[in-house]
Amino acid sequence: MALYETRRRRNVLAKSLAVGATIFGLAWLVLILAVLLWEGFSGLSLAVFTQMTPPPGSAGGLLNPIAGSLVMTTIAVAIGTPLGILAGTYMAEYGRYDKLAFVVRFINDILLSAPSIVIGLFIYEVMVAQMGHFSGWAGAVSLAVIVVPVVVRTTEDMLILVPDTLREAAASIGLPRSLMIRKVAYRAARAGMVTGVLLAVARISGETAPLLFTALNNQFWSLDLNAPVASLPVVIFQFALSPYKDWQQLAWTGALIITLAVLALSIIARSLASARKSS
Amino acid sequence: MSAVAYTTPAVSHSRPGTEGLPEKISVRNLDFFYGDNRALKDISVPLFQGRVTAFIGPSGCGKSTLLRVLNRMYDLYPNQRASGHVTLDGEDILAPSQDLNLLRAKVGMVFQKPTPFPMTIYENIAFGIRLYEKLPKSELDDRVRDALVRAALWEEVKNKLGASGLSLSGGQQQRLCIARTVAVKPEVILFDEPCSALDPISTAKIEELISELKDDYTIAIVTHNMQQAARVSDYTAFMYLGELIEFDRTGKIFMAPRDPRTQDYITGRFG
Repeated sequence: MALYETRRRRNVLAKSLAVGATIFGLAWLVLILAVLLWEGFSGLSLAVFTQMTPPPGSAGGLLNPIAGSLVMTTIAVAIGTPLGILAGTYMAEYGRYDKLAFVVRFINDILLSAPSIVIGLFIYEVMVAQMGHFSGWAGAVSLAVIVVPVVVRTTEDMLILVPDTLREAAASIGLPRSLMIRKVAYRAARAGMVTGVLLAVARISGETAPLLFTALNNQFWSLDLNAPVASLPVVIFQFALSPYKDWQQLAWTGALIITLAVLALSIIARSLASARKSS
Repeated sequence: MSAVAYTTPAVSHSRPGTEGLPEKISVRNLDFFYGDNRALKDISVPLFQGRVTAFIGPSGCGKSTLLRVLNRMYDLYPNQRASGHVTLDGEDILAPSQDLNLLRAKVGMVFQKPTPFPMTIYENIAFGIRLYEKLPKSELDDRVRDALVRAALWEEVKNKLGASGLSLSGGQQQRLCIARTVAVKPEVILFDEPCSALDPISTAKIEELISELKDDYTIAIVTHNMQQAARVSDYTAFMYLGELIEFDRTGKIFMAPRDPRTQDYITGRFG
């Protein structure tokens, strides 16, 4: 009985430590979100979505960085998703037992956790320095480099979750492997793969470091991808560090917009993932 | 290639009661390896045209492995290889030149767990048909219906062909898989413990189905259930530790087995 009492007390202790750690961790998160909502909402207005970034002291909005972020993110996903899905498909379906897949997986894992500033510097070296100027293309490519490993990983993971019995069943009616992958495996893994792409979008929409070295920033309306392009994270970075009150306010609002967009994406990704489980 | 057609029994057991039936598939001196592990040892066995052949034996005896050689399913995995002769209508299917997709269209397979594709009931069946035949919509509809009727599933699904194949019950899913296999018009159907995940009523339906299918197909079934083997099969092969111990007409195997190990297994003394 004494033994049981000790065990019970230990359980209570462990449990309260675990709960305490959770509360401690969550509290900061809630605090950040609360401050963000508080500061960001007060600056939210129609002008934010219709006007350009202003010079200090005058009114303006965030239209050019929002548009720039949308365009660069879209291009990055358009480049990174097919590459990632094809590579992930190779690793899960064709090269599952090959040495090459093992090597690719290892390198991909490194790339997955590579600091994004390193990726920014790399693209600066191979694109910006070569072209002689900052550009939206360089920004989009550096984001694409971040997208690829995320999509490779989720695609491979999701395809590996597709049971081999399904592959065998497909083979048993004489289905060639390429068709099996496209018509059966992708279909079975679809929700998870879409989730991976959405997570990649969420990941890059907040990236600042790679854009600082590549797309730089632009005070004016410009979607010319051969020239510097504004983006939300870089504008937030610049405005938040400025001494001007109205710029700081716009930075808060921009941060809120990114946060809400990423939150929406995560919710979509989560609900897709749970739809997969129930189907 | 006709030279490899089954002529003389390679092992001692003779072929009693075959009534001169043609051998749809002949297995001769087959060895199978998982890496270095020899899982099948010098197996020789015929599958007679239009008959049901059951493979029984304790777990790990190699009966599923043998089945997976007959449509080269093992080819999906590395480090698995077969040596010996397996002929389908006299043609060596172990030859490297064998087109696996065509082989598998001729030798269909139904698995232990129901494996419907993640698509509608209709598509599950139409998909396989479209692989090898270009049919107008009305004809395709007929073929899908025929396959579902053959698999005794039509009455249960005719009003919901657009529903997901995964929405069906386990027994229905398994019949959907049989329909899918039948729809491709194979010549041989391999059943790998098709009822082990099903309830008794579904099992009875599938057994009945197998008996009906044997008029048109050559059937091999692996089963753990000896009553099932006795009920559905014409011939039975008893395997043990990767060897074929005894092959004979089903009645003979269950009434008067020649090998004491067969006797022990069917009377439940081991396995």
